[in-house]
Order: sequence, then structure tokens, then C-alpha cells
Amino acid sequence: MYISENQKSSDTCVIGGGIVGLAISLGLLRNGHNVTLLDENDNGLRASRGNFGLVWVQGKGDTLPQYATITRQSAKLWKPFADHLNAETGIDIQLEQKGGLYLCLSEDELQARQAMLTKIQQAAKNDYPFSTLDLAQVREFFPEAGPEVTGATWCPEDGHLNPLLYLRAMTELFLKHGGKLVHQGQVISLKQQDKDFTITTQNNTVFHCGKVILAAGLGNQRLAPMVGLNAPVQPNRGQVLVSERVRNFLHYPTGHVRQTGEGTVQIGDSKEDVGLNQGTTLETMALIASRARKMFPILKDLRLVRAWGALRVMTPDGYPIYQQSLSNPGAYLVTCHSGVTLGAFHQGPLADWIANNDFDPAWEVFNANRFTL
Amino acid sequence: MPTDSHFNRQAIRESSPIPVTINGQTIMVQPNDSVAAAILLSGIEMNRRTPISGKKRAPYCMMGVCFDCLVQINGKENIQACMTKVEANMDIRTQNGARLIHHDLNPS
Ligand SMILES: Cc1cc2nc3c(=O)[nH]c(=O)nc-3n(C[C@H](O)[C@H](O)[C@H](O)COP(=O)(O)OP(=O)(O)OC[C@H]3O[C@@H](n4cnc5c(N)ncnc54)[C@H](O)[C@@H]3O)c2cc1C
Ligand code: FES
Repeated sequence: MYISENQKSSDTCVIGGGIVGLAISLGLLRNGHNVTLLDENDNGLRASRGNFGLVWVQGKGDTLPQYATITRQSAKLWKPFADHLNAETGIDIQLEQKGGLYLCLSEDELQARQAMLTKIQQAAKNDYPFSTLDLAQVREFFPEAGPEVTGATWCPEDGHLNPLLYLRAMTELFLKHGGKLVHQGQVISLKQQDKDFTITTQNNTVFHCGKVILAAGLGNQRLAPMVGLNAPVQPNRGQVLVSERVRNFLHYPTGHVRQTGEGTVQIGDSKEDVGLNQGTTLETMALIASRARKMFPILKDLRLVRAWGALRVMTPDGYPIYQQSLSNPGAYLVTCHSGVTLGAFHQGPLADWIANNDFDPAWEVFNANRFTL
Repeated sequence: MPTDSHFNRQAIRESSPIPVTINGQTIMVQPNDSVAAAILLSGIEMNRRTPISGKKRAPYCMMGVCFDCLVQINGKENIQACMTKVEANMDIRTQNGARLIHHDLNPS
């Protein structure tokens, strides 16, 4: 059901209809809440529509073991979540989790990665599967790997999915289960009186609710202070190249190159600090393409059909913020990079926390106080 | 020659027609035609089948953006018919599903 009347109230309002807001909303609906999801419009900055689609475990949390833990928890919850989306909406989001490789093009890079993963493995008391492969072993996965590949790290828990189908499946399920989706422009004001939040949008539509979840990606920076929270998120641009469809030849995802269920090859892993600019540059696209060609020389004959830039939602340390406001109880902030990977965790345990107030003390490390202490 | 096509050629000053083959069938076309125009005029109802569902597709935008007009030309797959000019004796074939990129495996 879409809403356009002027005043509305529901148990819970979620601000931001990207993959983070939708996953939380689905989890709240599952807990019996009635949920209104406010999402601005297509001019918004929307990482959920421009990402790479990896459900990625290896390397996540090298400086924060609890982040490695929730990442792996999410990876384990992914299959049942994807099955549920498929059963309810008929949309197969092309989830595949049979392991992934991170290809390296120099000995130094490979050694640094191995050292980093070894550190995470030790922090996890050895319960952290990965291995380091030389070129011959890489070619058992990818006979097409080029001679400049020095090796790779392999993690059996890595995977990928189609991020646009994921977004669509969640939206359909949200509507099917009675969620209300609202496009009334940006939320511009957010106030609490007693236990009631009043939310006003650009179009002057007003919403009332008892709980509000900020899941507005980069928009959280402006919204958070309205309810005593702090969201120091910054944009970080990634450029992505997309090819014509070719018959499947990459049977595993890598950190830089993957092939979708339809046969498209998606390439990219650039990281640039360029403010709110979502464009592409020839220089960076050339770099991405040349790196990918070293990994898979077979790509030289592949035609690219489009490219885009999209902005990551990055906290200063790259880790999520999960927090309830102290000054405005009932207001929650949920924001992260790697919202695809963490999707099943958000829909499950994190939404359960917001619905039932059972915060896992282990998640205290995701409090934004860490940036001000 | 145009047979059962839904399309008619505008009155133009015609040049001498040249032959191309579409799925082995020879047809005569104007030397400035695009491959997509040649296909539409020939009355052949599709130029490709899609990679996933195998549905039929015909040229759509005629200006290089939709990728619905993919064909095989002289053995090369996934060529945009609307962006390619005909040449005498061109061998044009239906694109069936996704292209195979050639495995040239000479690991050194
Ligand atoms: C190039 C790139 C590659 C990536 N690759 C991966 C990957 O492989 N794996 C992975 O796990 N993650 C990846 N990510 C990260 C992932 O895409 C993000 O973590 C995720 O999309 C964040 O989702 P979100 O819902 O928080 O933000 P967004 O998608 O930005 O959604 C926020 C929504 O809130 C709306 N909004 C903002 N302000 C307001 C307001 N005031 N009022 C109302 N609505 C508002 C916006 O319009 C938008 O719809 C990648 C990101 C990028 C950019
Ligand atoms: S008809 Fe659209 S690209 Fe050729």
C-alpha cells in the first residue's frame, strides 16, 4: 500500500528505503510491528542501487573481531533469508555461497593479505576458514587466471547475489506483508514529545510513531542529531564496469570481478574520496579494466556496455553504527558499509533487538561514542 | 528482397543492391542499410533469443542503447545490428543466448 494522505501514524517509522532500511523493516514486520518506510525519491544518494553484490566474509573485521563475528553470522543466515524471499515473492536473488577468491598481483600484496587473515583467524581462536593459494591452485578454480596473478586467498564462506533483485524482492515482500511505503520527499524534521515522534517530510507530510529507525545511508548525518545521535558517515566513491552477457565462465566471485547469473561480468573495486560526486572517470575505469585484464586476460575481448559511480556510506573506521538514542529513547540508528553482506543479520537479530529491546552487549562496540571518546 | 515485412523503405534514391545472408538465406539490401534495417526489411521476425528465458527479440531503439538487436556477424557474436553497416556477402545469424568468450588458454 502506498500512502499519500497528510497525517499518518504507525508503531514504527523507518527512514531510508535502501537495503538496510528494508531489511530492518522486514524484521520488524516479522515481529508483528506495523511499519511505515519513508524513502525520499530517485534523486537520492543510494548505495543500494550501485553496489557490487558480494556477500563477503574474508578480511572483514581485521581490526574489530566482533565485526568479523556478525559478518559470519550474517553469511550463515543468508541462505534461509534468500529462500524465504524466493518463497514469498517468487524472486530468486541469485544467492550463491560456495566460496570466493581474492586475487593478488604481487607477492607483497599476497603476503600482506595472508598476514591480515591470519590475524583474524587468531582472534577467532582458529575458527576462521581461509587458505592461501598459489597460481597453480588458483587455476583449479579459474583456468583463465593470467600469468601475472601471484596467488589468491580463498574463503569458503564468501558468496554473492544480485543486489537489484535483492532490493526488489525485499520491497515486494514488505508491501505484501502490509508495510507502508512512502515517497514524500526527504525527511526534514524529526521531533519527540513524550513517547511520540513527529516526522515531517519535504512535501509537508507529517507522520507519528513510537519508534523511529534512521537507516538513511548518507542522509543519517543530518538526521541523527535531531534525536541526540551522531552519524559521522562520509561518501566514498566506487566505480563499477559492466559487460555484455557472456556464457558463464567465472564460477566463483572474486573481490574485483564477478559474473552474474545472467552472464554479465561486473568489475570494480575503486575507492575515491570525491565528495558527493557519483560520476565516472576514464582514468579510474581504465585502471579497473587493466587490473581485471591482468587477472583474467580472457576479458580483453569482452565488450563493456556501461559503467557507473556510486557512493559508499563510510564511518571513519568503516564499521557499522548500531545504537539507540539515550536522550530520545525509541530512536535508533542503523548504518553500515557492506549492507548486502549484513542483510540477513539486519533482517534477523538486529531487527529483533529493535522490536524486543534485547540488545546483545557484544554489539556495544558499534556505538558511535567510539568516534568521540 | 523485402517480402512479408511490416516495414517499408522510404522513397530514396536507390543504389545498386548488394547481397547479404541472414541465417543462410540470401537477401538484397541497400549498401547504406544497417544490419538491423536489413533484418527488419527482410521480414525475419527476430534477431536473437535472450540468455535466460530464450525469448525472441527484434531491434528496438535503433540507436545503440538497448542491446536488443544483437546478432552474429561473420562468426562474431553479440554484435549490435543497428550500429553495423551491411557489407556485400555478410553472414548474419541469430544470436542464440549469451555469447561464448573464447577460451584461449595458453598459460605461460
Ligand atoms: C560501489 C559500491 C560497491 C559496494 N559493494 C558492496 C558489496 O559487494 N557487498 C556489500 O555488502 N556491500 C557493498 N557496498 C555497500 C552497500 O551497497 C551499502 O552498505 C548499502 O547499500 C547501504 O544501504 P543503505 O540502505 O544504508 O543506504 P542507501 O542505499 O544509500 O539508502 C539510503 C536511502 O535513504 C534515503 N534517504 C536519505 N536521506 C533521507 C531523508 N532525509 N529522508 C528520507 N529518505 C532519505 C535515500 O534516498 C536512500 O534510498 C557497496 C557500495 C558501493 C557504493
Ligand atoms: S536496436 Fe537498440 S541497440 Fe540496436
